[in-house]
Amino acid sequence: MSEVLVQPPAEKKSLLGKKERKLLTDPLSDNNPVTIQVLGICSSLAVTTQMKPTMVMAISVTAVVALSNWVISLMRNAIPPRIRIIVQLTVVSVLVILVDQMLKAYMYDVSKQLSVFVGLIITNCIVMGRLEAYAMGNKPYPSLLDGLGNGFGYGVVILTVAFFRELLGSGKVFGFKVIPDAMYEAGYVNNGLMMIPAGALFVVACYIWIQRSFAKHLEEKE
Amino acid sequence: MSSKGNSGTIVFALVVTTLSAALLAAAATILKPAQDENVLKEKQQNILSLVGLNGPNDYKKFEELVQGVVIDDQGTPVQGVEAISLDLALEKKLKSKNPAYKVRYPLYIYKDQQGKVTYLLQMAGVGLWGPIWGYLALDQDGNTVKSAIFDHKGETPGLGAEINTDGFEKQFNNKKVLNEQGQFVSVKVEKGKHDASMPHTVDAISGGTITSNGVSKMLQEDIAFYLKYIQQNPNNQAL
Repeated sequence: MSEVLVQPPAEKKSLLGKKERKLLTDPLSDNNPVTIQVLGICSSLAVTTQMKPTMVMAISVTAVVALSNWVISLMRNAIPPRIRIIVQLTVVSVLVILVDQMLKAYMYDVSKQLSVFVGLIITNCIVMGRLEAYAMGNKPYPSLLDGLGNGFGYGVVILTVAFFRELLGSGKVFGFKVIPDAMYEAGYVNNGLMMIPAGALFVVACYIWIQRSFAKHLEEKE
Repeated sequence: MSSKGNSGTIVFALVVTTLSAALLAAAATILKPAQDENVLKEKQQNILSLVGLNGPNDYKKFEELVQGVVIDDQGTPVQGVEAISLDLALEKKLKSKNPAYKVRYPLYIYKDQQGKVTYLLQMAGVGLWGPIWGYLALDQDGNTVKSAIFDHKGETPGLGAEINTDGFEKQFNNKKVLNEQGQFVSVKVEKGKHDASMPHTVDAISGGTITSNGVSKMLQEDIAFYLKYIQQNPNNQAL
């Protein structure tokens, strides 16, 4: 996070210059909010048993992080420092309630599966983390991109986790059966561990393991 | 706007909260009809799924497929209220607050192509953390359970929440609510040794004792209520 803080204000006119691209792509790997900063772990354990609700959760979190980053950045010079956290919380809550209400109206079955976890986006550390670390000190457009990037970074991880959990836990991908019935007849059984939150811990851990074995520079020096 | 001083802070806070409140109020009002429709659709789909009507569009023909009757505690039909719009959980809450309140129950009657009647019962109860509810299909004889579904608001995942799984619900198929003397004994959710042949018990959920007891109590109370109507109308003149 600290390297983001010391960046000089963007002066480029281009909509997607090098700096902007970096804002979007950095959180996908080298500065991933889940696997590197280890934020937002709670919801990545809870909602990742199937890919469809996970997809909706990823989109919801991305929308909330990006929009709250943008709104807070617009207001950043007017927010009285003493109440800035509560103002951030208000903005995040409003956005989360809007997302929740929209899901209830237009994606009722998914909203039932996600249940309380949509409301809990408010407490997702990624959201408040980005507001404090980035949006309070940067212009609206880069803040929006930073929010999108972090949302995507979160989405990539939880979708990967959900892919393995759904595949190994119920033999499906996005609700479609991929493991043929013949396998079950031959004695294959779904892995029950993948259906419970502990299963997600293992998958996230493997993700971090693999990521760090490829990107050695992430390892802390002794 | 000054970011220093108390008045600036208070004004800022007021503006932010007022705008937020207005935005949320507008969203809630605009989205309410769509949300209510989803809830109604789910209820209709639940009721129809009891008799195997699981098609994605079956709920649109709900009014033609089943007939709703609202009954009172004497088992007599009540006029002037639609079964589908009756909130059973609210009825029971009013009753628990005021014992004199005359509680009403919604009953749905389904007639298949051979003219065989199935009673579709709606039930409401309390689990460990909050409301639980269910629907139960009772055969024409007013005794044999054909199928049952349950759901809950927020029971513990893996424990009480298991009541809405097939494994739990399927146990109810072909259970009897009357004993051999024709007296009402309900179907009980009990721990212990069970085999599928026992007519009045199903296996409880391990670790979900309070939810299981809630289901038992709900079945006991609500089936008894509906039976008054069903036994008074053995050939179902209501249709």
